[in-house]
Amino acid sequence: MSLLEVRDLRVAYGAIEAIKGISLDVEEGQVVTLIGTNGAGKTTTLRTLSGLLRPVAGQVLFDGARLDKLKAHEIVARGVAHAPEGRRIFPLMTVEENLELGAYSRKGEAIAQDVAEVFERFPRLHERRAQKAGTLSGGEQQMLAIGRALMSRPRLLMLDEPSMGLSPIMIQLIFDTVAELKAAGTTILLVEQNASAALALADTGYVLETGRVVLTGTGPDLLTDENVRKAYLGED
Amino acid sequence: MQQFFQQLSDGLVLGALYALIALGYTMVYGIVQLINFAHGEIFMVGAFGGYTLYHYVLPSSLPSGIALLLVLLVAMLTSALLAAFVERVAYRPLRNAPRLAPLITAIGVSIALQESIRLFYPNGSVGKPFPQLFPRGTVDLGGVTLTYVDLFVISLALVLMLTLRTFVFRSATGRAMRATAQDPDTARLMGVDTDRIIVITFVLGGLLAGAAGVLQGMIASPIDFKIGFIAGLKAFTAAVLGGIGNITGAVLGGFTLGIVEALATQYVPNGSALKDSFAFVVLVLVLVFRPTGLLGESVRSRA
Repeated sequence: MSLLEVRDLRVAYGAIEAIKGISLDVEEGQVVTLIGTNGAGKTTTLRTLSGLLRPVAGQVLFDGARLDKLKAHEIVARGVAHAPEGRRIFPLMTVEENLELGAYSRKGEAIAQDVAEVFERFPRLHERRAQKAGTLSGGEQQMLAIGRALMSRPRLLMLDEPSMGLSPIMIQLIFDTVAELKAAGTTILLVEQNASAALALADTGYVLETGRVVLTGTGPDLLTDENVRKAYLGED
Repeated sequence: MQQFFQQLSDGLVLGALYALIALGYTMVYGIVQLINFAHGEIFMVGAFGGYTLYHYVLPSSLPSGIALLLVLLVAMLTSALLAAFVERVAYRPLRNAPRLAPLITAIGVSIALQESIRLFYPNGSVGKPFPQLFPRGTVDLGGVTLTYVDLFVISLALVLMLTLRTFVFRSATGRAMRATAQDPDTARLMGVDTDRIIVITFVLGGLLAGAAGVLQGMIASPIDFKIGFIAGLKAFTAAVLGGIGNITGAVLGGFTLGIVEALATQYVPNGSALKDSFAFVVLVLVLVFRPTGLLGESVRSRA
């Protein structure tokens, strides 16, 4: 049984169906990536999995239990963390407060230790721990968003476009971080427009087009797939 | 000069009252972007809660200190429960409705609460003399006379405001409140039950408004079903003056407005007849020259 099973998920904004029946699986310890162009439904899928949107049909099973009827805060408590698109750090709070909020669903146990761990992973955040998060650079904000998501000690980490809008050096650092997390055994569902970097890391990839899965395969297979190379990796 | 300081200290007393009520406006606005126009009535009903306890429940043999404490607690609880109830039945169903719908609902709730007291409270259209439970007496501070009641009003208001500040900026729930105010969706992704946080915000505003209701009774007895209207408008002005959504701003705005009102009453010709109009002059000036208020942020960023 997979850690996360999505079965025929349909999501609509009013009358417009954005997700038209997506099924996917994430095995424990795997990195799974969703790639596709703008409007393919990647972000909508993640927002539905974390409970911010309600599906009109379909099922989400996490460790065998239904998630699709739960509220967002209950889903976090089950062990699903979501670092949203655009980073969405709390700009008026300090770096440290942002991290503590990431642990909101846990309360008490060893939070200071986990904050220290995030600082160890991202020394830049440690330097800026008392600064308002809104004053950080884009790359630093992304580190904070990932660190904050890790603070809930998730069993599944969902990252939405972590490399978006960052400099090449920062993009490298973020993908290195994802690779480290993978090596440490973290289960990750990664949404990316940077398809080549995402597929290079992924055990499994799903290609989304206008709300449907059009292609599935292992990361390496998709990387060498001719259609994928043409459509998403900018080759002709 | 002595008169100036006398007016200044009277302004502080008024300001403390406005600040307590303004905090309820500003916290609710900060978290759900709603001007809760029923907040003045929540304050008024709190005062009636305290009055009811004293008039109908407490034995007259009770020492006045204990009676005052109980009146205060019951007033705070009355307002807090009412605020939570109004949120649940009137505002929550409209959470995703266009902004205008909850605003108009708030005005409806305000009228409904006023009329409920007028019609259903025993002899509700007549003012009620509020029990004077605090020792009478005055202190002289270099020519400025303050009653014990004045000092009590200012002290209690300050204690409540500091307690609120500590709660909002030091506790985990306070942090969740600030997170919900900044970005509700992301707060939910952190595991924050935003519905619960919104209720807590209304309850906190209610607790302060209920305390203000008792203080109002102490400095301006009698109380009636209309006291929430003017007090509510002035506190709303104070919240806008300070920068709506900003807790420190509400306190600053409350005291500024109280002092402006006290000084203008003294120094503007025929000022005491115009007493209630100065707040609105201030409101107009703020809206024209600094619509974000003294401490307001320019534009909230929300993706």
